[in-house]
Amino acid sequence: MGESCYDVIVIGAGVCGCAIARELSRRRLSACVLEAEEDVCCGTSKANSAIVHAGFDAATGTLMARLNVEGSRLMGPLCEELGVDYDRIGSLVVCVDGAQRGGLDALLARGRANGVADLRIVEREELRALEPNVADAAVAALWAPTGAIVNPFQLTVALAETAAVNGVEFRFLSPVTGIARRPDAGWDVTTPSDTLAARVVVNAAGVHADELHNLVCAPGDRLEIAPRRGQYHVLDVTAGAHVRHTVFALPTRLGKGVLVTPTTGGNLLVGPTAEDIEDKGGVDTTADGLAEVVRKAALTVRGVPFSERIRTFAGLRAHQAGHDFVIGEVPGAPGFVNCAAIESPGLSAAPAIGRMVTGIVCELLGGPAEKDELLPRPAPIPDVARLSPEAWSALAAARPEYGRVVCRCRTVTEGQVVDAIRRPLGARSLDGVKRRVEAGMGRCQGGFCSPRVAQILARELGCDLAAVTLSGPGSELAVGTDKDAWAGAPGVPAAPGTPAPAAPAGEEASR
Amino acid sequence: MRRYDVVVVGGGPAGLAAAVAARAGGRRSVAVIERDRELGGILNQCVHSGFGLVTFGEELTGPEYAARWADAAAESGAEVLLGSMVLDVSAGPEGPAVTCVSAERGVERIGAGAVVLAMGCRERPAGALGIPGFRPAGVFTAGCAQRLVNREGLLPGREVVILGSGDIGLIMARRLTLEGAHVACVAELMPYSSGLKRNVVQCLDDFGIPLLLSHTVTRVEGRRRVEAVEVSRVDGAGRPVPGTGVRYPCDTLLLSVGLLPENELSRAAGVELSPVTRGPVVDDSLMTSVPGVFACGNVLHVHDLVDYVSQEATRAGECAGAWADGARGSGRTVPVVAGTGVRSAVPQRVDVARMPDELVVRLRVDGVYERRSLVARAGGEVVARRRRDILVPGEMEQVTLRREALLGLGGVDAITIGLEA
Repeated sequence: MGESCYDVIVIGAGVCGCAIARELSRRRLSACVLEAEEDVCCGTSKANSAIVHAGFDAATGTLMARLNVEGSRLMGPLCEELGVDYDRIGSLVVCVDGAQRGGLDALLARGRANGVADLRIVEREELRALEPNVADAAVAALWAPTGAIVNPFQLTVALAETAAVNGVEFRFLSPVTGIARRPDAGWDVTTPSDTLAARVVVNAAGVHADELHNLVCAPGDRLEIAPRRGQYHVLDVTAGAHVRHTVFALPTRLGKGVLVTPTTGGNLLVGPTAEDIEDKGGVDTTADGLAEVVRKAALTVRGVPFSERIRTFAGLRAHQAGHDFVIGEVPGAPGFVNCAAIESPGLSAAPAIGRMVTGIVCELLGGPAEKDELLPRPAPIPDVARLSPEAWSALAAARPEYGRVVCRCRTVTEGQVVDAIRRPLGARSLDGVKRRVEAGMGRCQGGFCSPRVAQILARELGCDLAAVTLSGPGSELAVGTDKDAWAGAPGVPAAPGTPAPAAPAGEEASR
Repeated sequence: MRRYDVVVVGGGPAGLAAAVAARAGGRRSVAVIERDRELGGILNQCVHSGFGLVTFGEELTGPEYAARWADAAAESGAEVLLGSMVLDVSAGPEGPAVTCVSAERGVERIGAGAVVLAMGCRERPAGALGIPGFRPAGVFTAGCAQRLVNREGLLPGREVVILGSGDIGLIMARRLTLEGAHVACVAELMPYSSGLKRNVVQCLDDFGIPLLLSHTVTRVEGRRRVEAVEVSRVDGAGRPVPGTGVRYPCDTLLLSVGLLPENELSRAAGVELSPVTRGPVVDDSLMTSVPGVFACGNVLHVHDLVDYVSQEATRAGECAGAWADGARGSGRTVPVVAGTGVRSAVPQRVDVARMPDELVVRLRVDGVYERRSLVARAGGEVVARRRRDILVPGEMEQVTLRREALLGLGGVDAITIGLEA
């Protein structure tokens, strides 16, 4: 085994892994987070509806229901504390068929049983006033004022940063390839570069959590996570005010609808599909799936301006047949704690999941003491687009790079990009910068700013521009230099400074 | 608050020509506000030749053409604010004003007698198309790849498929070939190229690069980096025909699928925009619906040739200067209507009493036509006619309206420009 020994290793730096890491960082213990990708928030946490469910969906009595409602309650104060964009805009479940409005009553009853506050049913007139672009066929809706939207990238990053400044170690590009029980107690966790020992292992590996579970479980206790794909359209901020709330469709005999919601960044998000697929890396979109979203959106919201689309994407839900979160120590595998099958409403529940899992871990570790002092998250990167002219001028006077706009669509300055890179667990790629400060997230999708952001990355990281990546090794900006292929041809001098060819795109790192 | 007679937003070819014209030999104070650290805009990465034939009678590269205008702007005495991003254009009772930010001066507000919008255009991104498949590295807009190749000396890929036959895509097909990449094909959704004929010949035909008309990319493969794309035939409505997909192994997909006038500032300023050109609606002086705010170049409508941008911008600069001096039109304009076969015409309104003796109307047709005439009619009377052997949407056309001819008709309610036999 290697030299390192931790009290806890958390596998996976998604929103749950990072929420757990932050809670762990309050205690006197040593912890390490292992992440297969090059950054936090690279899996399900980055590709979802970016909403905080009120908590009326999950079946009463399930872990999912309890943690959703608790997470929803915690989320607002948590985002306030961390400086994460969050807006309690409320949500509507729209019924467009009078014969089915009993479904709203059932949801209302379930929501109340789950402990969701302030739920009520709004009739046609009030619904129209609340949501003017609701479909003409809408007859009534369940109104949940506690529904919210949140920036999942900021949230995951902020949780991770707080954990990091309070002593939790993060190792990226560290896919777990093996887990073995140590003779005394605890676990050896193997990555391509190390074997690390830990007294407790937390499995927060998203769609891959079953693979880790199945390495340690009893033969009859296998877990199976089926990736359930959701495809989305992102519309430009010009369409962001098309709806005022998160608009869901009441599920009908014809299936589950899609949601239409503003995002904290002012875009309009429409989706998702729900497709069970085999491929755990299958975040590809399909023509049929994207068309289905367009069709279904029209059932609840009229005139969604899809001409303003700037992006499509797909994410994977970590679905498990029991349709409940799988949280707790695996029977027969002492010190191996699952945080698995965290499908929707996983983002909503994340703050509560972090607490619950940490409670389990701390019990296993014999109750490590709380630290006297928890350092706050480093101050959020200033968002110049929201500053007053005076405040922005003062910032630019102190740091001129805050006067240089590099992303015109989102109005992001060089200063923000630099800070995104220099922070604890800073960005290492174009996508890393995008998640932290939104450069490249606007209507031109980085066509304008990506070469500029790449130059800043190269400068700050001390690497060649060609070696800057979109999202980690294998996604380099360039594969060579001009005319390098001609080098050695008759009469052609060797190209100076030709970088080695980029590593071939490897297989998706397995966990 | 600093104040200039004319403030020009954007220091590309349009902004520079407008500034030179507005300066009028030193009679007016003019500022050009440019977000980049150098003037010239996108021309700085257009290292191919073909610029300036109309303006200078010689074939220049993009940077050379830009340098000529930057020099002219410097000689004119126009003030240039580099590294300055305009955040807002507004029109108040005391005339228009702009707000911009820079490292040197922070956020500042600059007053103007008139403002010329010359922000250019941007490329339609991959996400807007919703191409099915993955979203890996190796998908670039043609202009982004052009910057990497021509400014940074980097090769974005070795095996390339290009979607869209816009001019930048065609130019990049040749450039990438010259730099050592292999361009497998250019797929174009429409049954005709959206670029200039000369570019199809010189950039594709001369290099044996196939142009697949009525084709599109129907899937992108590759998790980290593009590994292949599927190219399918489309039907008359632009829908992919199932079963026609051909897989092209490649590491790069370039997109040249349309340029969109960059009108976020215009929209926020309350400028009326045309749903067809996606640029401001302007009159013969190139003034927008907001008094004192003018527009020219690719922010007004996407051009093919920079020489015509310079011509148009010169007029915008002259008229903006005249407005700053206090000149006003007659107050009565008539619409210029896009008639049969014409998709768009700019300007959209004409003040016949005020218009110059000859006014160039620039337009695009809505399909491919052979042996037709572009005919301008007012009150049924033909006021201009231009015979063309071939008309395609990818090549901007122009018709010259003569003031005398319009005045000779007495009152004119509208001018319609359409295709006739």
